[in-house]
Order: sequence, then structure tokens, then C-alpha cells
Amino acid sequence: MLYRLADAIPTIWLVLTLVFIAMRILPGDPAIAALGDGALPEQLAEFREKMGLNVPIWQQYFNFLIGTLTLDFGKSYMNGAPVLDLIARNLPYTIQLTVAAMILGTVIGIPFGVLAAVKRGKLPDSGMRIFSLVGYAVPDFYLGALFLIGFALNLRWFPINGAGSGFFDILHHLFLPALTLALVKAAFIGRLTRTSVLEVLGKDYVRTARAKGARENRVIYRHALRNALLPLATGMGLSLLATLSGSVAVELVFNRPGIGRLLIQSITERDYGVIQGGVVVFALMVVFVNLMMDLLYVVIDPRIRVK
Amino acid sequence: MTILPGSVGTLSASDDIEHAIAPEPGRTALLKDMLFGQASTIFAFSVVVIFLLVAILAPWLAPYDPLAQSILSINKQPSWAHWLGTDQFGRDVLSRMIHGSRNSLLFGLISPALAAFFGTILGVTAGYFGGVIDRVISRVVDLLLAFPELLLAIMIAAVLGGAFWNIIAVITVAFVPGFARVARASTLAVKQEPYIEAAVAVGLRTPTIIIRHVIPNIAAPILVLMTLWVASAIRLEASLSFLGIGTRAPNPSWGNIIRDGLNNLFGSPWPIIAAGFAITCVVLSFNLMGDAVRDVLDPETTR
Repeated sequence: MLYRLADAIPTIWLVLTLVFIAMRILPGDPAIAALGDGALPEQLAEFREKMGLNVPIWQQYFNFLIGTLTLDFGKSYMNGAPVLDLIARNLPYTIQLTVAAMILGTVIGIPFGVLAAVKRGKLPDSGMRIFSLVGYAVPDFYLGALFLIGFALNLRWFPINGAGSGFFDILHHLFLPALTLALVKAAFIGRLTRTSVLEVLGKDYVRTARAKGARENRVIYRHALRNALLPLATGMGLSLLATLSGSVAVELVFNRPGIGRLLIQSITERDYGVIQGGVVVFALMVVFVNLMMDLLYVVIDPRIRVK
Repeated sequence: MTILPGSVGTLSASDDIEHAIAPEPGRTALLKDMLFGQASTIFAFSVVVIFLLVAILAPWLAPYDPLAQSILSINKQPSWAHWLGTDQFGRDVLSRMIHGSRNSLLFGLISPALAAFFGTILGVTAGYFGGVIDRVISRVVDLLLAFPELLLAIMIAAVLGGAFWNIIAVITVAFVPGFARVARASTLAVKQEPYIEAAVAVGLRTPTIIIRHVIPNIAAPILVLMTLWVASAIRLEASLSFLGIGTRAPNPSWGNIIRDGLNNLFGSPWPIIAAGFAITCVVLSFNLMGDAVRDVLDPETTR
């Protein structure tokens, strides 16, 4: 377990180094990019001074590493606002959305998958196949746009944009974007659940449970699903990251604040200070989620702890 | 082809139990069976063919210039003159869709091919030589694999910006780690084979061994991955264009047609509905085709 934690450190270092190199490979001078071709030499010098671009490259690299460690992501090239503030303001919305989608997707996906596995080859199974085929193919932003047109614009059941304030208002704003990501996720989780449960249903202990006369529901939920959880947990980790990246487009569709929209906006404005901060935050989230998944395995499956 | 214990009745996990019992048909027969045996595959095959034809014949099929704006015909509903209506600039949506298919096709084919090329080089190098090279490559590949492709693509596009070759590069880089991992694993397996040992013993030079003996033997899984990722590449390009970091306006792409549509929600919903439907159908079809190809080339994989 400690090894896993220690293993994350070189990973984070490598990620930061790659981000730094990528940001410096850019052709052109960031100062000119930010201020435009018409900027005076004094303005450029002042900008470099302010953004810490006037020191040797290795020192910039060092400052970047130290800055990230102390959660100082630099400043916006556009208005000088600390990137950390921008991120702190937007991150809660992205987390709200991702968590809500995760819960909704699991609640829809797992029972559907179990049903498909139990009724293998029958109607629910075919339903699952079609659902997962379409779920793999439909872009989340398209699904979101359809919901927006249908439920928000025409039926007016839901607000068109923003994130809301106050508990119920937030949930009201959250529902459609979360459902969008959740359905795509449910297609994946459902398919995965079906496969893992089918696998487990063929095992000896399930036969034993049946032979003992355990009721079918008990067999499925206590014996089969529990053992199907491990491969499911792996998949959930993957799909959490997929949801995180999906949130970028969905935030844009529903015009919700969030890290994704912040990043996209900064790309449009060529605000490299914010781009760098946003990319680092996303990268750290990926490393963090992977680490959490590793630790979760240990909790779910005690056999791994021995290693 | 072993009969699994407990394979009687509904207990087995294998989807291929019928195949396990039936005698194995030849490869061409299998291919024919896979392509035309199932209604879903026929559907997929037809959609792909139509898509290819539309993309290739775009300039002749499109009824209007996809870039021509007209103030007089803004936000028209679908009609005989404009089957899918017009957008907020009075551009014909159908013509934009038809031309947009070219982008999807280009990205869908070029990126997986390039990624396969570079990924194979990396993977074979790591797998064949081992040691420090392997550790460095594997480490970076593992790291990149931890990122979802879309997120990786967004991050790279954020840095590079969105010219045509940049997007190709972005999608390629996002795909390379997957190919590298498969190529490495396959190379490791192939390296154990006696014919490699024989080639070394005979005194063939290393590049010759790799090109003549390693690559041909790891080609199948890489080809499978390539076909499976055509769909992903098309989806990825659509997503990036939707986010405004892929194909740039005014050039049409299915992704940025939806983007424009979203800015014009009160004007006309048709661009969104049509472009999204096209993406879904094409991606779905390429997925089905990819599955069929995998079943033919790589019969050992069970779903």
C-alpha cells in the first residue's frame, strides 16, 4: 500500500515534466502570444518579469515544480488572476457533475446488467446489447444537446444553463447534464456487469449455493454480484475518468461552470497561464483517481494485500 | 476449443459456445459469415459504404456550397429546397453535413494508421530489446494509458492548437500508447518462439529479424486494434471540433455543426439533430465492423 503511494510520486513528476516540455515546445514567444504583435519591448519585458519567464529555462522548470507542489499554478496571462482561484471556483461544479453522473450511472447500469445476465438471450439481454451499442456510439455532447432541446427548451422542465444555487436548485440544474453522462456510463457499466456476472454464475460456489437451496435472488446478489465486483471496480475506475473527460463537453452544452469549460475557454483565448494550470489539474486528477482505484482494490479484495 | 466445465445449460460465460461445438470453417467462409451472417453487420456494412461514398463524392452530391452564406435564408426549417434546413448564416445544413463527412473519414483513417505505425515501432523496440529502453517506454506508455483518450487529446490540443495536421497529431498521440502496449506484449510472446532463436542462430541481423520475422507475426492484433479505433478516431474528431479545438469554422465538420447549432438553439435544432445522428450511426457501424474483423482475425478473443 505504501509502495503504491510512493509509486505515485515519480508518476506525478513525469506528468509535470511532460506538461512543462509541451508548454515550452510551443513555437513563438508566450509574451508576444499574450500581448499581440504590436506590443512594445518594455511591455514584453514587464510581462516576462511578471510571469516569471525571464529566468533560464531550468529555473522556470524548477519554479514550475515547486509552484505545483505548493498549489501555486501561476497567473492568467489575460488578467493576472491567480489560476488557483479560477480552479477553486470551478472545481466544485465539475466534482458535483462527475459524482452525480457516477451515482446515477451505477444505479442504472448495475441492475440492468444483472438483469441482462440472468435473462441471458431473452428480451432484457437484447435490450442491453442495443443500449450498450448505442451508448458506445452516441457522443455525450449530442445526447446532452438532445436533452437540452427536448426537456429544457421545448418542455421547459429544466433550466437551460448555469449551475443554480441552493440545494434543490442545484439538483434541478444538475439533473440533465448528470443524466447525459450517466446514460453513456450505464451502457458501459451494464455491459461490464453482464459479463462479470455471467462469468461468476458459472463458478462452483454459485452451484453450491443453489444446491443448498438458497433463493435465486440471494444467489445472484449475495454470491454472484459480490464476486463480480472486482472486475467491475476496475471498469468503474476507467469509466470515472471517461466521465471526467466527458464532463468537458457536457459543461459546454449546458453552459455550466467547471474545470472543463475553464480549460476550453482558456484555449479559445490562448491564455497559456490558465491552460497550463488546467492541464496540470486534470493530470493530477487522473493520477489521483488511479491511485484511489489501486487502494480500493485492496479494500474490496483482501487477497491483494499480501503482495 | 475445450468444453468448459459447467457449460451445460445457461451457466457458461462464453458467448461462443456454438462456435466451440461447430466444426471450424475456413477463413474466407468465416469472413463471409461475419460480414453477411448477421442483420446488424449488414446494416453496419451498408452504413459504412454509404458513408464512404458520400465522403468521396461530396463535391458532386452536395446541393449547395457548404460555405455560401445567405442573409435571405437564415434558420429555414427543412423543406424541398433545403432538406435539413439552413443555419444561422443561411448555409445549407445538408451540404455542410455532406462535406463534413470528409473530415470524419480523413481523421478516422489517417490517425489510427499513423498511431499503429508509431505505436508498433515503440512497442517492438521495447519488447525486443528489453532492459532500460523497455522500462522507459513502458513507463511513459503506462502513464499515457492512464489518461482517457479524449482528455489526452484535449490536453494536447490545448497546447498545440487546431490546424489539420495538429489534430491528426493529437489523435495519433492519444492512440499510440494503446498500440505500443499491444505491440510490446505480442513481441514478447513472439520472441520466445523457436523461429526467432533460429534466425538469431543463423546470424541474421537484428533489423532483418524484426522486419521479416517479428512484425508479420504481430500484425493481426494490431490490425484488429486499428479497425476498432477508426470509430474512436471519428468520435474524437467530432468531440474536438465540438469543443472548438478541432476542425475550425467555417470549414464544416460534424462536430462543429453541432457546436454552431448549440449557439443557435432558438433558431433551428435540425443541424444538431442531423449531425449527431450521423456521428452516432457511423461510429456504431464502424464499431460493429471492428468487432466483426476482430472475430475473423483474432478468433481467440472472447467477448
